[in-house]
Amino acid sequence: MTDTAAPVSPGVSPGPYPTRWKRPPQMIKSRFWRYALAIGALVWLVLALGTIEVNWQRVMVGMERGQRFIAGFLQPDFTTRWRDISTGLIESLTMTLTSTVVGVLISIPIGIGAARNVAPGWIYAICRGIIAVSRALQEIIVAIFFVALFGFGAFAGFLTLTFATIGFIGKLLAEDIEDIDESQAEAIRATGASWFQLINYAIQPQVMPRLIGLSLYRLDINFRESAVIGIVGAGGIGATLNTALNRYEYDSAGAVLLIIIAIVMISEYSSGYLRRWVQ
Amino acid sequence: MSVIDIPAAERPVWHHRTPLGRLAIYAGWLGLVALFVWCWNIMTERTMWVFVYDAPHAAADLASRAWPPRWSYMDRLWQPLWDTINIATLGTLLGIVLAVPLAFLAASNTTPSRMILRPVALFCIVASRSINSLIWALLLVSILGPGILAGILAIGFRSVGFIGKLLYEAIEETDIAQIEAITATGATKAQILNYGIVPQVLPSFYGISVFRWDINIRESAILGLVGAGGIGAQLQASLNVLAWPQVTLIILVILATVVVSEWVSARVRHAII
Repeated sequence: MTDTAAPVSPGVSPGPYPTRWKRPPQMIKSRFWRYALAIGALVWLVLALGTIEVNWQRVMVGMERGQRFIAGFLQPDFTTRWRDISTGLIESLTMTLTSTVVGVLISIPIGIGAARNVAPGWIYAICRGIIAVSRALQEIIVAIFFVALFGFGAFAGFLTLTFATIGFIGKLLAEDIEDIDESQAEAIRATGASWFQLINYAIQPQVMPRLIGLSLYRLDINFRESAVIGIVGAGGIGATLNTALNRYEYDSAGAVLLIIIAIVMISEYSSGYLRRWVQ
Repeated sequence: MSVIDIPAAERPVWHHRTPLGRLAIYAGWLGLVALFVWCWNIMTERTMWVFVYDAPHAAADLASRAWPPRWSYMDRLWQPLWDTINIATLGTLLGIVLAVPLAFLAASNTTPSRMILRPVALFCIVASRSINSLIWALLLVSILGPGILAGILAIGFRSVGFIGKLLYEAIEETDIAQIEAITATGATKAQILNYGIVPQVLPSFYGISVFRWDINIRESAILGLVGAGGIGAQLQASLNVLAWPQVTLIILVILATVVVSEWVSARVRHAII
């Protein structure tokens, strides 16, 4: 019954099954380079660890603060600075929403322009340039400049987050448009549709669910970032946190951190849930 | 009677959605616009519009002061640059060391206790992820004092969440057939881990680590703003004395570092995967 020969894949000689263990293929073929890289990594590690200077006296003093911080984290004080915390929180949340909306609105034309299959060459180059600049500059550095230009406060933060959103959504939207099913665009083109009709009837229905998903994801990221850019003066809950730490009020800082963690967790779960529902 | 026979005015018009569905969508958009306007008003309540209207003038002024970059300042940037790269790399290593056990505790197919250890590990991962490395640095600088140790720890603590999350998802996605085959040979738990799971997640592990290293280079460049060493400290010092030509140079150096690290990480990931 079962004496039919086992199927042998073509190209493999049907010899006896190997009984000896063979070393799996190595990532780097040359033995010399393997050792050279390992020794180089070791030398670097020693050098790098050598550059760490620790002032142990300072650490000892700091340990006491560390204990106070952990105590503050375990027994957060929401009430004493509640006015500061709530102002920062409202600023952060409003900043997050407005910057996401404006950023997405701006990034849609840029994303369409940065898609090779719907935009002419020179527009493509310009839009890709805008995206590259926006992605290469970190939020903090942009925030420093916007604070210098527009003054302290939430408006500079709003501009920073908008700027960062443009690069993020623009790039992913452009890649999504480049990945669409070309046959649908072909069918719409065959009806003699104009460029705008092509975008509206062939591209938009295909990328819309993902665009909504990306916007929700960016909303989530923008909230996290809004907690950070406050450190350089761009408003929001980061400013509150920075003030609390500067005053060594670790219980208030613990409260702010717990609020940040809670909102990030809620927004992560709800945005994940919404994204699954949309797609 | 076919559709052609009906006069044009009475012909049924095709709609994508039902009237109620359309109404709901319009209401949704209207709600979003209202929410936006409301948030905008709250946010701009305390904005000093004088500064905003003055911005183009201020920008021109800033640009004239910041250009050309002061190239001679480069001599004093090599050491902070080296520190920055060390912070990023050592921090990534620390993150990996802490994240690998956490990931195995958090993955539902390798966790030793589903009731206690898994939620604890998941909480550690989420907590680490939701606090930005700059905030970690802020905390650690106030505890450990300024210096690159605080930077390394900040980068490490932030990386734990990122690497841990992606790694435990990779562990959960492993092919069950291979693990069953190893189990069928009578292998111990450690052997199953070593021969069944590790070879499957190793490529994604390398990919995740290199990806995180690339992100960490970006982040370690700014950690110095809060005193955690690296090139950001130089940036902070230059900003404090309003030495804009130095700021321009530092930002150019950071940009170059970021581009190089992105290129390296893309090459390495391409070679591995």
